[in-house]
Amino acid sequence: MNLDLDDTDRAILRALQQDATLKASELGQRVGLSQPAAWRRVRRLTEAGVIGQRRLDLDLEALGFGVTVFLGVKLATKGRVSLEDFERAVSAIPEVQTVEHVLGLYDYRLRVVARDLPDFERVLRRRIMTLPGVGGVEANVVLSEERRPGPIG
Amino acid sequence: MLNDSDRRLLRHLQDDPTQPMTALAEAAGMPLASCYKRLERMRAQGVLKGQRAVINWAALGYSVEVSLRLTLDKTEPRAFDEFIAAAREVPEVTEIQTFLGRVDARLAVIARTMAHYQDIYRDRILTLPHIADIEALMQVATIKDRQTLPL
Repeated sequence: MNLDLDDTDRAILRALQQDATLKASELGQRVGLSQPAAWRRVRRLTEAGVIGQRRLDLDLEALGFGVTVFLGVKLATKGRVSLEDFERAVSAIPEVQTVEHVLGLYDYRLRVVARDLPDFERVLRRRIMTLPGVGGVEANVVLSEERRPGPIG
Repeated sequence: MLNDSDRRLLRHLQDDPTQPMTALAEAAGMPLASCYKRLERMRAQGVLKGQRAVINWAALGYSVEVSLRLTLDKTEPRAFDEFIAAAREVPEVTEIQTFLGRVDARLAVIARTMAHYQDIYRDRILTLPHIADIEALMQVATIKDRQTLPL
């Protein structure tokens, strides 16, 4: 089921990671393919599920979101019901962008956006600490972030 | 500055960036021409920087994802810069963050199998400069990952 990628596929994926709005003609020009050939490759990668969701790249500061915090959450009680209750409730909080179930020091890893630190404290105290089953949390405020192309470079 | 209509437009667009402009205009309840104009202005202002495709690594056979939380040796003034520069050279690193908090940095690392992860960890991660401590969180399941903003 693994798709074999060649250098052209990798170049297409790298280009779409930067700009998903590229037309097949522009994409073809960059990687040295005709427009129909580029289109066929994008379709193949899309059908294979390699090209996943599209995300807007927004200027968080300009939109009033001054802080992003990574939160490790440890549950106090662990049963199937408590996991499901927690996941449902935490996913419903608009400021929580990512919820990952993890193994290790914490049970869940959350990515939270807020206007500023007082706003984050409000979200943490009123929305997150009051969730069913929450034990300890650890907050780390993001200072810098970069996304790498991954193993298609 | 952005007004409520701009925010409403972005809110609908971020839910599905690939939707046709006509669908977006209808969802946001504004005329098509106004949609184009607002998006164009937000692009010019740099608020809307673009649109990225997210690669589904599992579809390429990368089934292991680990979040590494690192403490760096801060007695070395160039620790952050040198660590980040070296981490960029590891192809399996997909994200690099630095923090104010209990840990200094985080790397998201993907691998094909646990054995592959073990190789990357020993040969490429433990050899990165200025690491004082590492903790690993292994991803079991992604519950929510749209990364939209509460506009």
